[in-house]
Amino acid sequence: MTELRELARKLLADGSVKVVLGYEEGPRGVRPVFVTDPAQAEKLIFDTRCVQNLAAYLNPRRQHITKLGKAAIVVKGCDARAVAGLIRECQIKREDVVIIAMRCGGVVRDPAGSSELTVDTVSDRCNGCDDREPKLHDYLLGVLPPPPPQSTRYAEKVAQLAGMSPEERWAFWNEQLERCIRCHACREVCPMCFCVQCTADKGRPQWIDCSATLEGNRAWQMMRVLHQAGRCVGCLECERACPADIPLGLLTKYVAQAVERRFGYKTCDDPAVPAPMGTFSTDDEQEFIQ
Amino acid sequence: METINTNDAAAESLALEEATSKWGADIKRGLRAEPKIVAFVCNWCTYTGADLAGTSRLKMAPNVRVLRLPCSSRVSPLFIIKAFQRGADGVIVSGCHPGDCHYSTGNYYTRRRLAILHELLDFMGVDNRRVTFSWVSASEGGKWQQVVNETTERVRQLGPLRSERSSNTGKETGHDRTA
Repeated sequence: MTELRELARKLLADGSVKVVLGYEEGPRGVRPVFVTDPAQAEKLIFDTRCVQNLAAYLNPRRQHITKLGKAAIVVKGCDARAVAGLIRECQIKREDVVIIAMRCGGVVRDPAGSSELTVDTVSDRCNGCDDREPKLHDYLLGVLPPPPPQSTRYAEKVAQLAGMSPEERWAFWNEQLERCIRCHACREVCPMCFCVQCTADKGRPQWIDCSATLEGNRAWQMMRVLHQAGRCVGCLECERACPADIPLGLLTKYVAQAVERRFGYKTCDDPAVPAPMGTFSTDDEQEFIQ
Repeated sequence: METINTNDAAAESLALEEATSKWGADIKRGLRAEPKIVAFVCNWCTYTGADLAGTSRLKMAPNVRVLRLPCSSRVSPLFIIKAFQRGADGVIVSGCHPGDCHYSTGNYYTRRRLAILHELLDFMGVDNRRVTFSWVSASEGGKWQQVVNETTERVRQLGPLRSERSSNTGKETGHDRTA
């Protein structure tokens, strides 16, 4: 933590960056902070409650942040994958961001809860994480903590859904999507939702219902998840941000697995690997095509 | 078979709304004896193939509305989602065979996109059999006939998309904006 604060202070003081995107202790747990003054670098913290994916703030559509100037960002492995994704998709330039990577031993699900990592508190995103020591970085800080406990919640849910008939799955998702209030928190919190104008905000043509109707909610989530195919970094921030507690991670993770199985692509923190939906192989499976 | 030519996103959306405009009202009135199917086809292969089927006087189910697009890679999954939302019971997407694309590689991108859509539909509980993906070349009028007839028959057996489901999907929830 001292290491992080000192680095942030140095970067801000010598003018190499104008803002450091990091984490601070808020009134209700850990929250993101934008440090622009070297004296404020003391605020920065990093522990298992630093859940938020700050790469969302690098997004060029957030002009109030980009106008502050060159940014340094504190990343975990999952966040580094998102930064790599933004570079891969030409949303930011590598030289325009200073990446301060933290060696990560997993994070909890709730940034306002206890910092203790147990099977019950650990985030589902930490399951099988290969990027606890991000390769995409300018600075790599901290000591590598032991791997986090592995929860089986996600695998259990997927197995449960896989065992259902299409009608039962339809009923399951109806029950889930009925709760959606279309606050679009899943979109706003997502580092890879970077369109300047979202299709959901378009009126001409209006592709999906703007209001929270069941059919509109279903169309919205299908569209969001399909746009995330090959982009989703698996940080599950959509699921955490959802005020209606809809298991959105199931959808994004399922699609990510389908992308990996079919196209051999796994999101990684190497920006040079091409995005799977922007490329193709003549040997792609087409068993579903007549 | 009706054909609607499209050339931009607004026109495409409008064309889809026109093609499906009466369907929501039909559901309300309980007039859903026949399955409704929307076909998104590419201009160069499948559309010409469908044309050939027509000029060859091949007998086809009249349930399919054809929307002609420049290339199968223009088919955004949103088109399919919207078609279902507007009351379609089934969807056909068809383009040139791999390697035959008028734009060289368009249909390879389509194939990737549709593979993911295919899996997601299943995961969300939409019966996969409602969506037919096919490659039909300009000379395959017979194959187009087969695709149309088989899809219609399959969707007929599956029944209307909405009424077979839970009560809250039985009612019309999509707003009819063309009215």
